Amino acid sequence: MSEKWNITLIITRKKGDETPHTQAFPIEVDPDEYVLDGVERVWAFHDRSLTFRHACHHSTCGACGMRVNGVEKLTCITTIRSVTQNGGTLRIEPLRNFPVISDLVVDMGAMYLRLDAAHFSQVAPLPDTGLPFEDDPATEDPQFERLVDCIECGCCISACPIATTTSTYMGPAVLAAIEHRYRETSDISLLNLADGEDGVWRCHSAFECSAVCPSNVDPGWRIMNLRRKVIGHRVRRFFGIQTQEKVLR
Amino acid sequence: MDKPQAIIIGAGFTGCALAHDLALRNFAVTVVERGELTSGTSGRTHGLLHSGGRYCVNDQEAAIECIDENILLRKITKQCIEFNGGLFIALTDADEAYADTFAAGAEACHIPIERLTAAETLRLEPAVNPNVRLSFRVPDGAFDPLRLALAFAATAAKNGAKFYAYTQAENLIRDGQGNVTGVEVWDRTTGKHYSLRGDIVINATGAWAGEVAKMAGLHVAVVPTPGVMVAYNARLIQRVINRLAPPGDGDIIIPQRRMMCIGTTSFEVADIDYIPVFDDQVEWMHRSAIELVPGVQQTRERGAWMSARPLVGRAEKGRSMSRTFVAIDHKETDGIGGLVTITGGKATTCRGMAEKTADTVCKNLGLNIPCQTKEIPLESYRAFYRYSQESRP
Repeated sequence: MSEKWNITLIITRKKGDETPHTQAFPIEVDPDEYVLDGVERVWAFHDRSLTFRHACHHSTCGACGMRVNGVEKLTCITTIRSVTQNGGTLRIEPLRNFPVISDLVVDMGAMYLRLDAAHFSQVAPLPDTGLPFEDDPATEDPQFERLVDCIECGCCISACPIATTTSTYMGPAVLAAIEHRYRETSDISLLNLADGEDGVWRCHSAFECSAVCPSNVDPGWRIMNLRRKVIGHRVRRFFGIQTQEKVLR
Repeated sequence: MDKPQAIIIGAGFTGCALAHDLALRNFAVTVVERGELTSGTSGRTHGLLHSGGRYCVNDQEAAIECIDENILLRKITKQCIEFNGGLFIALTDADEAYADTFAAGAEACHIPIERLTAAETLRLEPAVNPNVRLSFRVPDGAFDPLRLALAFAATAAKNGAKFYAYTQAENLIRDGQGNVTGVEVWDRTTGKHYSLRGDIVINATGAWAGEVAKMAGLHVAVVPTPGVMVAYNARLIQRVINRLAPPGDGDIIIPQRRMMCIGTTSFEVADIDYIPVFDDQVEWMHRSAIELVPGVQQTRERGAWMSARPLVGRAEKGRSMSRTFVAIDHKETDGIGGLVTITGGKATTCRGMAEKTADTVCKNLGLNIPCQTKEIPLESYRAFYRYSQESRP
């Protein structure tokens, strides 16, 4: 440990049916450690009852999304230096718009099952993995495949002002996944899935999702693009125009 | 007849794959995990699906396990693995001199390889060190750790296995003869303490296996051996890049999503519940990464983390130990019934480890039920959330 800071983590706690409350943990950290390391330090050295989700510690699994000083962060890649200062505090809360199981652990089951209903694949051919407006020569070679950008961390759903109003809204991660899958497969049943009051039309284009996404997905852009595709499909259907699109299911 | 009751402590790769195996063998399976699934060592792997090339000279037993399981995983779960292959690149005279030894080792372990010239290597992967002399192409891959374990857990849950996350094993329950008959646990989501009873308890806690065995007064020779890994915010390569040399530190770069990860170091610590990331080791990894792929110098660190591997086997230290696993029936080794310990191994071989452990469990209980996990494709990892809605006890 090179540099040392003393900071206070103010963590939201909740066990069973308790009302959520906060608890302060003054700890010593290296400012170049990540926020998740700080939370893990609290568990290891101060309070073994603290529960939080984490697995990969390098932004591939998407388990450690939390609200840090009011902003959604993937805590394993957020350095302490970037969100507070020596002597400062870090308010750590669970993601919003998901049921809280305990402390910082939320139940992401509903989001996962909606992603599954969209047949969103975590592995895609390389040319399909980026955003279409990106100029990335590495994505040109079709012989490769890679894990896609969306790590299903739920940060976008937590930041979404509309997801707060109703739990039936699919939410940015799911709509972005449908957009991604549609560009990969041209499957029009995906457009029908997204074309509804709990789909693309409920979004108020606040773009909070794109602002907090730690993984380059740009859900806000994808929702807008999906709207274009849905409208295009409706217009073509109205005029009876045959398209190259196919129904896979 | 009632199903035999199995309690698995630990939901890492081994615990999840074992739950899947035992559920298929008609066991009633309960898995307790003190954190989130794969929050110990398993989740923190850099995600290399080994071809076995790394071990084909010094540890052929491990190499054969790797290539066999690599081929099997391609069949049963494609959903979270990048199968882009890998290269072993030679950069020095010593590396070049090692080429024939490597090729002979790979052949002995039936690992399919292809020898490439420097020009061919750079055509495939233009970002590798331009001083490359030659390379071998191998069937490596890269996987997402949480999702690979969840795919096993989802399939187990579909077949009735129950998973209790955030539930810490506090003590082993023993009868008058010292045999293990259950586990006392602490549900950290509610603060409740309760007991689970079973016909067999499996200690699948990897680097923590020694601590759990101690609850029954037993000794398990596992050496927690942490290593540092560093992730970079750009992907300059498509294939895994290994150094063509005997296994050492910082000699593999694994591309994953939009990142590259380099690993790893190898040292020993006493307390593995929190292992700090040491700056000097990160620096060292950074230098090693630049040697393999010089463009790393222009990328930024995205993350740095530690993971404690469970090494077992011979008495030597660190790297020289075998990466294979042990399944210990404590009835045979210590005269204590009802407890089996599985530790060691690596993610690539988790299915095989589970098979051998389930065989040990069946033998312990006098059952003869064959393994089925080689043939059955795994459920979608997301289905874990559909099948595991079970209420907690």
